[in-house]
Parts: sequence; structure tokens; C-alpha cells
Amino acid sequence: MSARAQTPNDGMASWIGKAFANRSFLTGFLITLLVAVVALTSFLWTPYDVTKLIIADKTQAPSLTHWFGTDHFGRDILSMIMVGARNSIAVAPVAVGIGMGIGVPLGMFAAARGGMVDEALMRLNDLVFAFPALLSAIMITAIFGPGAVNAIIAIGIFNIPVFARVGRAGALSIWPREYILAARAAGKSKTQITVEHILPNIANQLLVQGTIQFALGILAEAGLSYLGLGAQPPMPSWGRMLFDAQTRMVVAPWMALFPGMAIVVTVLGLNLLGDGIADILDPKSRRQR
Amino acid sequence: MSLLEVENLSLSIDETPILKSVELSVAPGEVIGLVGESGSGKSMTALTVMRLLPHLSRTSGRVTFDGIDILAATEDQMCALRGDDIGMVFQEPMTALNPVKTIGEQVAEGIRWHTRAGRAEAEERARRILDRVGLPEAKFPLSRYPHELSGGQRQRVVIAIACALKPKLLIADEPTTALDVVLQAQVLDLLRDLVAENHMGLLLISHDLAVVTEMADRITILRHGQVMEAGDTARVLSEQVHPYTRQLTQASMHVPERRPNAAAHHASSTGADKQGALLQVEKLTRLYPGRRLSLLRRGEPTRAVDDVSFSMMPGQSVALVGRSGCGKSTLARMVLALDKPSSGSIHFRGEDLTGKSEADLKPARRNMQVVFQDPYGSFDPRQKVERLVAEPLHVLDKVPTRRERREMVAHALHEVGLAEPDMDKYPHEFSGGQRQRLSIARAIITRPKLVVADEPVSALDVSIRAQILDLFAELNGKLGVAYLFITHDLTVARAITDEVMVMHEGRIVERGKTGEVLDHPQSEAAQALVAAAPDLHRAIARRMQEQG
Amino acid sequence: MIAYLAKRLGIATVTLVLASLVVFAVLEIVPGDPARLMLGMNASEAQVEQLRDQMGLNAPLIERYLHWVSGLLSLDFGRSYTYSVPVIDLVLERVVVSLPLALIALALSTAIAIPVGLYSASRRGAAGDAVAMGAAQLGVAVPNFWFALMLVYLFAVWLRWVPAGGFPGWSAGVWPALKSLLLPAIALALPQAAILARVTRSALIEVLNEDYIRTARAKGMPYRAVLWRHALRNALIPVVTIMGLQFAFLLAGTIIIENVFYLPGLGRLVFQAITQRDLIVVESVVMLLVATVIAVNLLVDFTYAIVDPRLRGRS
Repeated sequence: MSARAQTPNDGMASWIGKAFANRSFLTGFLITLLVAVVALTSFLWTPYDVTKLIIADKTQAPSLTHWFGTDHFGRDILSMIMVGARNSIAVAPVAVGIGMGIGVPLGMFAAARGGMVDEALMRLNDLVFAFPALLSAIMITAIFGPGAVNAIIAIGIFNIPVFARVGRAGALSIWPREYILAARAAGKSKTQITVEHILPNIANQLLVQGTIQFALGILAEAGLSYLGLGAQPPMPSWGRMLFDAQTRMVVAPWMALFPGMAIVVTVLGLNLLGDGIADILDPKSRRQR
Repeated sequence: MSLLEVENLSLSIDETPILKSVELSVAPGEVIGLVGESGSGKSMTALTVMRLLPHLSRTSGRVTFDGIDILAATEDQMCALRGDDIGMVFQEPMTALNPVKTIGEQVAEGIRWHTRAGRAEAEERARRILDRVGLPEAKFPLSRYPHELSGGQRQRVVIAIACALKPKLLIADEPTTALDVVLQAQVLDLLRDLVAENHMGLLLISHDLAVVTEMADRITILRHGQVMEAGDTARVLSEQVHPYTRQLTQASMHVPERRPNAAAHHASSTGADKQGALLQVEKLTRLYPGRRLSLLRRGEPTRAVDDVSFSMMPGQSVALVGRSGCGKSTLARMVLALDKPSSGSIHFRGEDLTGKSEADLKPARRNMQVVFQDPYGSFDPRQKVERLVAEPLHVLDKVPTRRERREMVAHALHEVGLAEPDMDKYPHEFSGGQRQRLSIARAIITRPKLVVADEPVSALDVSIRAQILDLFAELNGKLGVAYLFITHDLTVARAITDEVMVMHEGRIVERGKTGEVLDHPQSEAAQALVAAAPDLHRAIARRMQEQG
Repeated sequence: MIAYLAKRLGIATVTLVLASLVVFAVLEIVPGDPARLMLGMNASEAQVEQLRDQMGLNAPLIERYLHWVSGLLSLDFGRSYTYSVPVIDLVLERVVVSLPLALIALALSTAIAIPVGLYSASRRGAAGDAVAMGAAQLGVAVPNFWFALMLVYLFAVWLRWVPAGGFPGWSAGVWPALKSLLLPAIALALPQAAILARVTRSALIEVLNEDYIRTARAKGMPYRAVLWRHALRNALIPVVTIMGLQFAFLLAGTIIIENVFYLPGLGRLVFQAITQRDLIVVESVVMLLVATVIAVNLLVDFTYAIVDPRLRGRS
């Protein structure tokens, strides 16, 4: 036991070992890695150029030359999915970053101060929650103009109260612990306690919530671009591809099938990753009957 | 013949052996005590008899109850036995009842399930048993919810559920561990009466040798899943043949050797000499706002601490004893400047602490540290020992360098009996007793003049408890540090303190030399505490007497 | 009980007032002059100014806000710039599509999720649990509008059982109307059911680890009976919380789904109104949706008080 404690890296190594023994984590990790690799590859190479419209090749069914078929402009669907992955992958981390970066400090601040400050911040949270996120995202992008950046900001804003809630609830569950009392008896200020004790102890919960919001962010971005409020043509995006497919369902169902599956697989991978992390961090949840 | 017969019982959970060849028997009307320290497998023995073991459990051997082979019985057969022929009482009354169902529903449920009685009849029987366990209708109608009851009252409800159908065997797993001594005595009396009335067998599980000695005809001592010794209570505990029995008994009665220090000698029990007092508390009161009765009205505020005055001399060790909820922890927190008094003053080394900002409190904090009860909850699980033990160092005027810090931590660890390499470990790598040593190391690293210890040994096993008490005694002599010991356990007060203050409903009702107060209590509250406190010496003597 | 409910009601009212301020403020800063939009590019400056006066757009800010709010309270939402009819008429015409859609979806999702959650929790770790939770895992990942497209392809294009889109109106009879809401409701409900089933299962499993479950088992009640009588009610709080959040989500989800199925509902109304800068319609519909969400949250709070006696206090 003491030997294991000598090397701090050992803890990390055993964590990684545990992680890859977990089926959810492993599957989720591999899927997420695959999507990331595909998105990165698209910068260097795609099977076909997605900016070139070849009307002669329009709405071709999947074949050896076009694995996922072509769209109404004769563009290769596989290539478009690869390029579209960039957008989806880029939206989620930025949106989660906005939500975490603002929401978590707010929530922890509310928990540390309590009283009126807490009450006011929670009412503000209630207010944001009263607006259905998608409706507000539509309003924001409609007002400030459609586009990938505005879509990211809109999704990020609605992650703020989510993280504020998780941060506050987590912090509130840590504050009554005896080690916080001990830190106070040692003369630590509330800010010091929050940084040194609260944040490291709620990091797990934040990480798990992060992967959930990551997946939700990808779904939201797809929804917005389906409505024409996300990334603008000619930049391909998964949501937009589905919109284009809608009116051509009878002649080219593959136009809808493959982009949708890309979304499902990506979100599934992130959710599995999140479940796996939650599992590893809280082994109790598996052991109990 | 025996009601319950456990023969050669072995148990493993997920390949980890828990019990090895346990033998045990309970006859009708007999009280059997099952004693052991944490991890000895005593609760698992009870759950095996109930067949409520966790997943992945494997058992071998024989458990026979009333002629039925328990380990081979079907789940349906077990359901018929549980609650009807075998009742069980658990340790934690605060969580043992369903919060969304009334106590009437919860008591009547088992009755209806087993007897197929109608609602009215079952409720009538539930009413009778609740009356019997001391929850009369006038104050405790069936429509009460668990959250409206105190811990002791809830434990009575749990007992009512277990005894509603007059089972042949009652299993009580640490039924009083979560209660204070006065409630403990009441609940034990109730159990004893119920067992006698209905000629039940009682399997009483406890870590407290004194409790078991008072209650049990025969005892079985368990360690690491194996029976160390079993037999007649009086004989086993008086002869102490088995070394482990001797170790347990001696640890339970352990009184550390104390090197009297000069400062404590000067201290007068009356505290008349207020010059040079280390801590002086005057007319201290803490109010908590009352329950909201309606939108605009609030009830009378609760006086958690009510007009308390006392003083402590340097190097003195003082116990603050009282029942749970008497305000002793609130008082301790105010002394530590972790809670603001509603009125009154606290002077520490001549300096008023009330109303000071955190920055101004730094010098006081340097000289005043704390040790908490829970050795598991008092450390941030994500920090290493070095940081944890060094945490109070930042109140020093000159913040030590990293090297100095490591030296100071190593020194503190050494003083509490831990080794230098321990500072690179995480708290989960230590046992409960070792963690309490870490707590003490953290408390003495700034060389404080006062350590407030809130129930510092009540979560520890007896043998560990004895070691930690020794450590406290040693540091008191060596460093001249004064202690304010908060405890509900009079044996701890007797072991380690010069003076005792008895607190009752927010007030200090008695103060005096420890021996005098515990042997000749004057106030009603002190008398109740002393009478209720289990005492192993007394219990063994009484047992011996009964048997002549 | 009264104190708790009064407090929740107070909070809901404050939230509603704040929300109205936000909606009003946001639409104040929206670019584009509605009067100019209505009259077109060829109208003279004077004409536009006259119309602005008529529409009350030149009044001071506070006066316009108060006028708007008092209008909302008396169900006078003003006139749509683009449709030139009272907004209330537009809303009423659309609400009979969106509300039944959201309600059917919610009912469907609950009816699927709760039994699946119960089943999985009671057979934790067994094959049935693994299959159900695998399906739920997949369901959570499916975007509802894509699922809608697949349903359309399967049932409308391929099997031709239901219409691919459009709404005949309730006047065409209850069955044809319901039939056209069926696919949209399923598309909305299934992904939500997946989430709810997961929440139900984990809430139940958490409750099943509580001490009072062991007490109930020690009474001699079989596992299943304990699940129904003790665990379910205690697990309801997180489940009801999620259902409340889902209702808001379903209301907003109609915006996309109504676009997929060409349903003339509130979602499409507000989406079109935003693109056409018909601010009075946007204001009214958004306020209506927000008020509904707040009302549903209030309902959830009241449900807590019914489920959990600790919130009621001594009566």
C-alpha cells in the first residue's frame, strides 16, 4: 500500500487502467476518437471536393464510388459528413466552455455566500430556465443573424444555468463536511476553501455533466442548422443536410439516413463516455444491488 | 432446545471471506450478546440469519431457526419468517423509516401483510404496539410522519415494527449506537421488557462491551469473522481467559496515565482566579430563529446556548458533557469562532473574539485548533497528508518555505506516532485510528494553547480509542496544551479530563472536578447522565452478584 | 403547506414579471422597424411615421411596456403586422394543434418510460435490463427531427399508413386530426421517453439502497412489493422534476417537429414571425410559452408537496 503511494503517477495509471476496463468508457472513447479523427482528416483530405457542384451526379444512390450516395447538387455525402463533423465537434466544447466558465463560478459563489446572494442568483437561474432553450436560441440567432458563431453563443448561454445549478448543488453538499469546518478553523477564507477544497471535490460531477451537455450541444446545433440558423451554406453541416433531404425523401432517402446516423453515433459515443466516467468515479453505483 | 442455531457458518462476499465457521445459538427468552469491533462480521451474521445479504454473497454451514433450514429456504419461506417470526432493529433510526409514509402505515403494513388483517384491525394493533413502545396516541397519532419524530422516538417506531407480531426472535443490530446515553438506557430497558413479556430470544449486536454485559446472558466475541470466545457473560468477562477478551475488556476500561502539568495544578475548579485565564466565556447566548408558523409568524427562537459563562486555565483539560442537542457543539463552534454568538463575549488569551474579521482572528486561530469526531469526514479526500496537516500553517505570520513546511509536518506526524513517509499518502490509505492521529497532528502543528475536541474518539473501536486517549494525555503533559473535550461518553471524560461541565438545554448546570461530579452528581441532568452511562466495572460486578 | 405553496407561487410570479421584462427588452433591441416592414420600401418617411404613431411605437418605453402587459392580462395581444388579424385569433387557431401535440407526446413518453424504468430497476443487471437500457442509451442520442424524417419515410412514404404532413383541422373530425398528430407525437416522445426511463431507473435504484427499504424487507415483504409500495413514491421526485423540464422541452421541440410535418402550430407561427419581424406575434407567443413553462414548474412544486410530507410541515 505504501509502495503504491510513493509514485503519484501510479494513481493516474491505475485510473487509466480502470477506465479502459470499463466497457461504456472504452466504446464511448473509441467512437469519440473516431469522430474527432474524421473531423481532423477532413481538413487535409476528403474523398470528393464538397465545394464543387456536379449536377450530372445528383442524387445518386450509395455505391462503390459514392459510399453514402450524393445530394441534389451531386456532392458526395460522405465527404460532406466529414466536413460537417468539424462544425459539430467545434460547437460543443465552446458552448460547454461558456456554460462551465460562467456557470460554475456563479454556482459556487452562490453556495459560498448563501442568503440573499444565493437567493438572487437562483431566481436568475429560474428565469433562464423558464425560457425553453431552443426557443431562445432561435430568438438569439434570429436577432443577431444566423451563423455558426451565434449558434454556439446561444447554446452556451443556456448551458450557464445548468452548470450553475450543478456547481451550486455540489458545493452545498461539500460545505457542511467536517474538513471544510477544519479548513475554516485553520483560518482559510471562503475563496480559498472554494478553490482548494470545493472545486476539486465537485470536479467529477462537473466532468460528467460536461459530457452530457457536450452531447446535448451537438443535438442543439443540429436542430438550429436544420432550421437554417446554424452554419450557413456552402459550409456543410449535419442539420442543414437533413433539411435539404427532407423534401427529397422519396427520391433520395440516403440523404437523410447518413447525416442522421452521424449525429446519433457521435452523441451516443459522448453519452457512453460520460456514463463510463461516472461509473469509474463512483464505483459504489456499480457495486450496489 | 435452541430457537436459533448457527453451525459452522462461513460467508464470503464477492470472493472476500467475511465469516469463518461461526457458531452461535439463541434459546427462547434468552439474550445473546454478539460483540466485536468494526469489520468483525457481526452485522453480516445478523443479515445472514435474515437472508438479507448483499449480492454475490456465498454461504456455507447451517443456520436453523425453529426447525427451518434458513440457508436452504426459498425466498417465499423467508418472507413468511421475516417480520412475523424474526424481527430486526437497525442502527440508524434517522434513515430506517420511509419518509413519505406515516408511522401508522409503516407499523400496520407488516401486520396486514402477515395476518391478512383488514385496515382497521391492523391499525388498531399498530396503535396498541406503539402505545407499548412508549409512543402514546395523544402525542403520536398514527398519522405522524417520521420527520416529525426525534431519533429516539423513531427508534421506538422501528422497534414497534419489529415486535408488532411478537416474533420468536428479535435481532437488534447496534440499536442504541446512534442515541445519547440517556436514550440508550431507555431503549435498552424497553427491549429488555419486550423480550421478557413475550418470551422472545434476543440477539443483541454491539461494539460496546458495557451495554452487552448489562443486557446479555451469554456473549459471543467475534473478531475478523471468527468466534474468539463464547459463553456465560459473567464468566467470560471476569475470567478473561482468551487474550482478545482481555484486550477488549482492558481497552474498554482504559484510563491513560497522565503526567500532571504545572499549569493545570494552579487552575482552581471554581475559576475564581480570572487573571491569566486562557479562555473566558461570558453570558454567551446563541439563538436560532424559530419555525415558521405561517407566512408572517415565526415561533419562539430556540436558545441553543443560553447565557453560558465559564473560564479555562492554560494546560487545563475540561470536559463538556451533555445529551445530544444540549448545545455543546454549538458552544464549541462559537469558541472556535466558526459560529457567531447572538450575545455575550469570548475572550481568548485576553482578546475578545466576537465580531472580529477573519483577518483579525489569525493570531487567535494560531493558538486554537480543533479535532473532529469523524475520522473519515475530516479530511479532504483529494489532498495529500502533507497539505492536510500543514493547512493551519498559513495563519503563521511568516509563511514557512516548502522545506520548513515538510519539516514541521514530519515533526507533527512523529509526535502523534506516524512516520515521515506518511505525508505523501492520501487519507484513504489510513485506518480510522491513524486518521484520528492525523487530525491531532493537524491540530498541534501550530503549537496551539487550546485544542477543542468534538467527540474525538466516539467513532473509534475500543482498542483504538484507548490508544488515542493515551496520545491526548501524552500531548497534554508534553506540550501543556489545554483541552476542551466535548463528549457524551462519561468514561472518556473520566479518563482524560481534570474538570467536567455538564450542559443541559443550552445551560451549564454543573461544574466541578471530574471525579467528584461523576461520583456525586448534584444536578438532575448530571444524575441522569451518570445513571444512564453504561459502565463495564459496574455491569460485571452486578452480573457476578446475580449469579452469587 | 400553505407557507410552502405561497412561497412557490410568489417565486413563480416574480419569475413571470422578470420574464416579461426580458422579452420586452430583447424585442426592443431587435433591428428592423415594423412600420417600415409593413409598408414596404416605397412608403414615404411621413407615412411610416404616421403608422408608428398609430401602432403606439413612439410612446415612451415604460408606457409601451405597461400597455403591452395590461394587454396580455386582458388577453388583448394586439394585431399582427403581417397577418393583420388580432394575435389572439392566430394563437387560438394554432394552440389547438400544439397543445394536444405536446400533451400526447408527454403522455406517450410517460406511459413508456415509467414501466420500462420499473422493469429495469427490478431486474437490475439482468438481460432485460441491459436490452432496455441499451435501447434507452440509443434513444437519448437520436435527434427528434431526424427520427421524425425516418418515421415519415417508413409510415408515410413506404407503408402509406398516415399522411406525411399537414393538419386537416379538428373540424375534419377527431380521428383524421389525431392521425396526423400521431407521427409527430411519437417523434417527440420516444427520445424523451428514453431520458425519462433512465432517470426513473436510476432514481429507483438509488432509493432501493436506502435503509428504509431494508426495514421494509425485514417486515417480510417480497422485493417486488417493496419496490411498488416504498421505492416508487420516493423515486417520484426526480421523475416529476424531469417531466416538468421535458414539458418545456416538448413545447420548444414542437418548433422543429411542426416544421418537419408542416403542422400549423405555435412553433411554426413563432418561427415564421421571427423571420418576418412580426414582433407583436413573437412577443405574445414567447410570453405564452414562458408562462406555460412557469405554470408547469409550479405544478411540479405542488406535486412535491403532495409526494413529500416533509415539505408540508405540521398542519
